[in-house]
Amino acid sequence: MPSVKIPKHVTENDMTPFVDIAFLILTFFIMATKFKPPEAVEINPPSSVSSKELEQKDGLLISMDKDGRVFFTMQVEKDPAPIQAVMQNLNTERNLGLTDAEIAAFIKEPMVGVPIAQLKQYMGLSEEQKKNFKMPGIPVEDSATNELFIWIRDAKSAFAGRPINYMIKGDNSAKYPTFKNVISAFKRNNENKFKLITAPEDVPEGTDLFKARREGSGG
Amino acid sequence: MASLDTGGGDGGHKKGPGVKKAKKLSTRLDMTPMVDLGFLLITFFIFTSTMSTPTTLDLFMPKDTEKDEELNKAKESGALTIMLGKDNNVYYYEGQLSVDDAGNNFKSTNFKGIRDVIINKKKSTPPDDLVIVIKPNEEATYKNTVDILDEMTINQVKRFALVEILEVENELIKKTEESGQ
Repeated sequence: MPSVKIPKHVTENDMTPFVDIAFLILTFFIMATKFKPPEAVEINPPSSVSSKELEQKDGLLISMDKDGRVFFTMQVEKDPAPIQAVMQNLNTERNLGLTDAEIAAFIKEPMVGVPIAQLKQYMGLSEEQKKNFKMPGIPVEDSATNELFIWIRDAKSAFAGRPINYMIKGDNSAKYPTFKNVISAFKRNNENKFKLITAPEDVPEGTDLFKARREGSGG
Repeated sequence: MASLDTGGGDGGHKKGPGVKKAKKLSTRLDMTPMVDLGFLLITFFIFTSTMSTPTTLDLFMPKDTEKDEELNKAKESGALTIMLGKDNNVYYYEGQLSVDDAGNNFKSTNFKGIRDVIINKKKSTPPDDLVIVIKPNEEATYKNTVDILDEMTINQVKRFALVEILEVENELIKKTEESGQ
C-alpha cells in the first residue's frame, strides 16, 4: 500500500489583496467624508421621521442651545460677500467702530451669539480667548430688543433675492418660548417657511406614514 | 499569519572556506499591524461620515393676520387641541373646551398615548374637517414641539397649526399637574 502523504498545512496566507481592498475602502471614505464644521456650542437636535436631507445651500441657521441662548450663522455656498455686507451695514448703522480687518475676520466666525453692542468687544478677542468666552446669545425676548429680527432683515437684503433656506436647529432640552421667539423674529420679516434640522429616525410600524411609504407614495 | 521570514536557508551547497554565505533576504513581511490600522481608520471614517447627515423637517407657519375674516375657521367637530406641558406631558381635548364644568373633556396623556388619540380622531372625522391645534406651553421643550410636529407627519395629518396657548388652558394644565403629584 502506498503511504499517504499528508500535505503540510500552510497557515500563512497572502494578505496582499486583502490589504489592497482595505486601503481602497479607506481612500474612498477619506475622500467622501465631509467633516463637520467646528461648533462653538454643543447642540443635540431632536429626531424626526423626515427623510429630506439637509442641503448645503445659502441659508441662515439659527441655533438654540439648552440654556435658551440663540446663535446666528450665515451659510454661503461660495461667495462670502453677503456676510461682509451684513457686517458693513450693521457697523455703519450702529456705529460699532469695527475695523475692516474685523469685518473680514467675521467671515471665519462659525456663529454669532453676542448682542450687537458687544460685537466690537467680541471681535477684539484672540482665538484663545474666544474659546473660553461664553457667548450670551442674541437677545430675542421681546419685540423691542429682538436683535435676531435685525440680523435676519439685514441678511435677507444682503442675499438680494437669492433663495435662502431658513434653518432652525435646536437642542432637545431647549424651551418652547425660545423657539417661539425665533419664529416670531422670522415672521416679522415675512418669512414663514422653515427647515427644522433633525436627526433621522425610523417610521413607527403600523402608522399611516409607514403604510404610505411602504406603498412608495408617501414622502 | 504571515510573518517575516528571517531564517537563513541552510540548505545551499557549501562554498569554499572563507566564502561567506550571503544571507537570503525574505520579501515577506508581517502585514497584520498594517491591516489593523487600515480597518481602524475605515471604521472611524464610516462612523463619522454616516452619523453626520442631518435631515430637515419642513415647517410652514401661517402669516399673522389681524383681520378676523381671513382666519381659518375650524369646524368644532373636527378640531383636536393638543397641549404640551412640562416633563413630556401631553393634554388634549376635542372640539371646544367646556370650561363650565371644570373642563370635563380635558384629558391628559403622554407621547405614547397621543398617537392613538390622533388615529382615533382621524378615523372618526371626515378628512376635510380634521384640524389639529398644537399649543405648547412655557415649559414644553423644543423636542416636544418637534415630536408632536413629527406625529403629524407620521399620522399624515394635513391640517395642523402651531398656536399660542390660552390662559384657561394653562391653568387647567397647572391644576392637573398639581393633582397628579
